[in-house]
Order: sequence, then structure tokens, then C-alpha cells
Amino acid sequence: MMNRTALDLWVGIFVAIGFAALTFLAMKVGNFSVFNKAPTYVVTAQFDNIGGLKVRAPVKSAGVLVGRVSSIDFDAGSYRAVVGIEIDSRYEFPSDTSAAILTSGLLGEQYIGLDAGGDIEMLRDGDRVMLSQSAVVLEKLIGQFLFDRASETPAQ
Amino acid sequence: MNGLLSALRTVGAMTIDGIWRLGFATRFLVAVLMHSGQSLRRVHLTIREIYFSGVLSLLIIVVSGLFVGLVLGLQGYDILQRYGSSEAVGVMVALSLLRELGPVVAGLLFASRAGSAVTAEIGLMKATEQLKAMDMMAVNPLARVVAPRFWGGVISMPLLAAMFSTMGIFGGWLIAVPVIGVDDGAFWSQMQAAVDFRTDVLNGVIKSVVFGTAVSLIAVFEGYDCQPTAEGVSRAITRTVVTSSLAILALDFVLTSFMFRGQ
Amino acid sequence: MTPPSDKPLVSLRDVHFAYGERVVLSGIDLTVHRGQLVAIMGGSGCGKTTLLRLIGGQLTAGSGAVEVAGRDVGRMSERELYAMRRRMGMLFQFGALFTDMSVFENVAFPLREHSALPPELVRDLVLMKLEAVGLRGAQAMRPGELSGGMARRVALARAVALDPMLVLYDEPFAGLDPISLGIVGQLIRRLNDALGASSVMVTHDVHESLEIVDYIYFVSNGRIVARGTPDEIRASTDPFVHQFVNAEADGPVPFHYPATPIEALLAGEAQ
Ligand SMILES: Nc1ncnc2c1ncn2[C@@H]1O[C@H](COP(=O)(O)OP(=O)(O)O)[C@@H](O)[C@H]1O
Ligand SMILES: [Mg+2]
Repeated sequence: MMNRTALDLWVGIFVAIGFAALTFLAMKVGNFSVFNKAPTYVVTAQFDNIGGLKVRAPVKSAGVLVGRVSSIDFDAGSYRAVVGIEIDSRYEFPSDTSAAILTSGLLGEQYIGLDAGGDIEMLRDGDRVMLSQSAVVLEKLIGQFLFDRASETPAQ
Repeated sequence: MNGLLSALRTVGAMTIDGIWRLGFATRFLVAVLMHSGQSLRRVHLTIREIYFSGVLSLLIIVVSGLFVGLVLGLQGYDILQRYGSSEAVGVMVALSLLRELGPVVAGLLFASRAGSAVTAEIGLMKATEQLKAMDMMAVNPLARVVAPRFWGGVISMPLLAAMFSTMGIFGGWLIAVPVIGVDDGAFWSQMQAAVDFRTDVLNGVIKSVVFGTAVSLIAVFEGYDCQPTAEGVSRAITRTVVTSSLAILALDFVLTSFMFRGQ
Repeated sequence: MTPPSDKPLVSLRDVHFAYGERVVLSGIDLTVHRGQLVAIMGGSGCGKTTLLRLIGGQLTAGSGAVEVAGRDVGRMSERELYAMRRRMGMLFQFGALFTDMSVFENVAFPLREHSALPPELVRDLVLMKLEAVGLRGAQAMRPGELSGGMARRVALARAVALDPMLVLYDEPFAGLDPISLGIVGQLIRRLNDALGASSVMVTHDVHESLEIVDYIYFVSNGRIVARGTPDEIRASTDPFVHQFVNAEADGPVPFHYPATPIEALLAGEAQ
């Protein structure tokens, strides 16, 4: 059998590497921070169509990640989608801020873009974003394009 | 007709035998857990087994992880550049490793490297009456031999899977950034934006814990339960590798369907 | 030789045992007094190992009583069994040394498992036991490097590491050359007397046993067919004992395993 102290050393190294790998995956890859689990506030926005938006999709403003989508529900009264937007408390937005569902790249994932307004009053937890712009649905866009072409043709 | 009937009979017998063994293995797991007190109190018993299951599997895990990452980098780039999003290669490599390939491939390697060794060791101890001798010395083989090997495997496997994924991501980075010339910042930032700690990293770790438990249980069970002959031990080793691999793939399907449903 | 004391250490009364359908022992009566070295003899497969495992509590008799130190082994809880086994040593048929440990570690194993002795004391005790079997020089060797006779002696040292009250030997002479055989035989006798222990030895080596044991039982077909002190056995006219002692091929122990008569088989094939 191997000398017990040498064996202990090897197992120690092994466990240390293992935990280093776990930490790497959590911090560098998973972007997890135990220490500053930043406080957040949640606002809602209603959309006619959210397209392929998913829970945990990024929320960006001016291209900077400021939060994530926390919930997606359907409002049976207005037949619209209700999206919960969880925003980092460090960032405050005027109450007339608008939310739009955008796509990164042509076929990339969908995210919510916030466009700050000019109001003095700020959005608070539980508030609703009034101005919203739904997702661009590719099929509709193509349909629109064909329709336009069709309506142009008789004029020629 | 006769052949069909006998084939049917064989399938039936195999099913019943499988269920019977499953019940037996479950009872065995309970017995192992009940006899685990000693291996937790006498830590060096378990440390020794972490050495044999974990440290000795390190090389194959690290090398395989690196190669899987290199391949993922090449394939990912080839596919993603068609859509003009070659920076997303980091996302693809990281997500496939964290969610699936890390736990599954590391689990399969672990089953054939460490699981088979554990089965062989316990089976040989049984065949040469070492377990009976221990029992006659008033030392319970479940507590002294089986439980430390079980816990050694359960502890080693998640660490090995994490190393596998880390090496794989490093391999993907090697292909994407220095070789192909994807921007280093874009590689990491896209990865970080897309990878979620809970859904991706934590679920992957949970998978590796489950696989480690399954493989370790199968390995000690097959060794303890084998026919105490040379042929019996070799059959038990084969069964460990086959059963663990199937168990990993089946459990992966079940876990995936729970973890990543419609998000 | 030690005179038998009144209360036997081991007593089997009308013990029956079967592996499933296969009946191995049917009605065994056997007594071992304190300080005695008793041999159990019989052909291969007659149930000698089974008998030892019944005494050690690894198997439970179908009916009858197996008592060690006045307590029924078959009715003990696992805890009580383990408490009893701490005072019992067993030499397995092929030694059963732990192959992942050195000779020293093997002998130290029971001491480390059952006592919290300081390492120096364990070391001294182990070296004493190894000295007793003449293998102190081999303490660093691995079981794979030992000859059959040496392995048997290491196993012997391990079996008596805790100074047991009862030692069970399963075919201690099997596969040994005549010199090793004599050495092991003398060791068994010496250890028994030095420890003040009692021993049960299963064997089919008649001549070595007659030299060292106090009492002999002959087992055949699951029964005790003859018994006596070595002198009685030597003088016995019992046909079974005669066959065994003189190593005759056929006699009360048949040469053939039970089968349909070969004439019938040949006649059947001729049809
Ligand atoms: N685990 C077992 N299951 C079924 N039969 C067994 C088992 N162990 C031993 N036997 C049978 O019981 C008989 C007695 O075995 P054993 O006590 O080992 O004989 P011995 O030690 O005298 O050679 C043998 O014929 C053997 O085939
Ligand atoms: Mg035997």
C-alpha cells in the first residue's frame, strides 16, 4: 500500500482541483456571485406578442445587462402577455421608460430592451411599464413584405 | 412460432430478473447507508477510496475533457459561422458541457475506469474468501469494504465531472480564440450572459452527483453479489460497465426532462 | 495433553443443515472441551467447512443446537455474534489474506479494528505473533509474494492475533509440502497450548492429525461415523476408519458418485 501521507496529499490535491473547477464553472462560466447577490426590483410590462421570449432572458438598456425576465404570464382579461422584469436595484429608470422585445442577430435569442424616458418619477417595485413594443414576428414581417409587393404591382 | 415463444419467455425472465435485482440492490443500498457511520468516522478509509476512484481517474478525465472541448470548438464554430454568430461558440461549448456532456461522458468514463475496478476488487475479495474472513473477525465487510468504496465514488464523481467540463471549456477556448481568432472578450461575455448558474451549472452538478451515486452503487453491488469464481467476477465487471452506462443514459433523460422543460 | 474440563466450550447436538434441497449435515453431535484440539475428518465435500461455519455463526443450523460457551449461536443477534467472534479465530482454507495489505498489516488488522492500542503496542504485538510463526522477517512482504506454507502461517498469526478462546482451522494442511505441513501442525498444537485456547481443525490428513490432536471425529454422509482419541483410532477396527487411515480407494466411502448403474446406461444406449 502507498504511504498514507502521500496518499492524503494526492487526495488533497484532487479535491482542491475539483473545487477549483467547480468554482471556475460557477464564477467565470455561470456568472454566479455569492457575495453581492444584488438586490432587485420587479416591474411588469404587457405585450401583444412576446415571440420566443423566455424566462431568464436578458434585460438590457443601452446594450448593458441590467436585469432578467422573471416571469411570463397570460392576462385572460386583455388577452395580452404579462412579463415580469427583474431589474438590478443599482439601476433606476424613469416611469415613462419603454420596453421592447428585441432579437440579438437575425436568429439570435430574444431579450428585452429598455429605453429610458424623461420623467422625474422613477419606476418602483410592482410598477407597470406603460409603453411597450412587441416582438417582431418573422412570419408577419414576411407576410407584410409580400402584401406590400402585391399592392405595388398594379401601380406599375 | 416456437422460437418466438422462447424469445418471449427469455424477455419475460430477464424482466423479472431485472426487477428482482433492482429490489435487491435497493435493499443493499439501505444496508450500505446504515453501515456508513464507520467510514465517515474513520475518514482515512474513505480518503483511500477517493484516491483509487478519483485521483487515478484524473488523467483520463482531463485528457478526454480536453479533446471533447476541442471537438466541440471545431464543430461549434463550423455550424455557428454559417449564421454569422461565431462568438457564440463559447456559449455552445459551455452549455453542452455543463448540461450534458460533462456529467454524462465523465460518468461513462468513471464507470469503466473506477466502477469496474471497484467491482473487480470486491469480487476478488469475495472469491478469495477475504470478505468471509473479515466477517469472522467480527468486522462487517459492508462497513469496512463496501461503504468506503461507495462514498469514495459518490464524492469523486462530481469533482471529476467539474474537471471534465472545465477542461472542455478550456479546449473550446483553445480552438475558438487562439486558433480561429474569435474575440476573447466576446467569447467569455456571451458565455456568461447565456449560462445561468442555477439552470446550467447547478443542474449539471446535480446530475453528476446522481450519476456518481448510481455508478458507485452498481459497482459495489455487482462486486458484493458476484459468483465467487474467476468467471463470476469477470461477468460482474462486464455487468457493472453495461448497467452503469445504461443507468447514466436513462437517468440523464429523466433528469433532463425535469430540469430543462420548456425554458 | 490437557484433561477435558466439565463444561464443553463447543457443543453441537443433533445438528441438521441443508443448502436449499441439498442436505449436507444430518444429526451431528460433537463436543469440544476447553483446552482441547479436536480434529474433524472426512472426504472432500462431506460438509466440514459447513460445520466450521455453523460454529462461527456464518450459517444457521436447520435444526439442533450449536452452542459456544454455553450460548446458542443460531439465536444470537448480529451484535452478540460479533462479540463472540472477537474471541474466536479462524484460519480459512486458502488463508484468505487481504491481498491489498502487507503481511504486517494483515496481522495488525484485527488489533486495529477491535482495539484502540497505540501504534507502538500494535507493532510489538504483531511482531510477537509473526515471531511465533517464524515470519517476522517477512513482515513487509505482500501476500502475493508468499509461498503456500508461509501464507498459511501468516493467516495463522492473524487468526490468533486477539488471543482467542477458540480457533477454527479449515484444512490447514491442504497443498503443503511435508516439511511445511509438519511445521504448521506443530504450530497449531503449540499455539493452542500457549494461548490456553481450544481448537477445532478440519482436515483429511490423518497421519499428521493423529500426532497432534486430542480427539478425532470422522464425518461421512452428514453423520459422525467414528470418534475417539488418536490411540483409539489407531486401534480401531471400524471399516470406515480403516479405509480412511489406510487411504484405500473403495470401501464404506464409495469411489463412485451416485449415478445410474453403468450397465443400465450402456443397455439404454444400445437400444
Ligand atoms: N453455498 C453453497 N450452496 C450450495 N451448496 C454448497 C454451498 N457450499 C457448499 N455446498 C455443498 O455442500 C457440500 C459441503 O461443502 P463443504 O462444507 O464446503 O465441504 P468440505 O469442506 O467438507 O469439502 C459440498 O458438496 C458442496 O457442494
Ligand atoms: Mg472445505
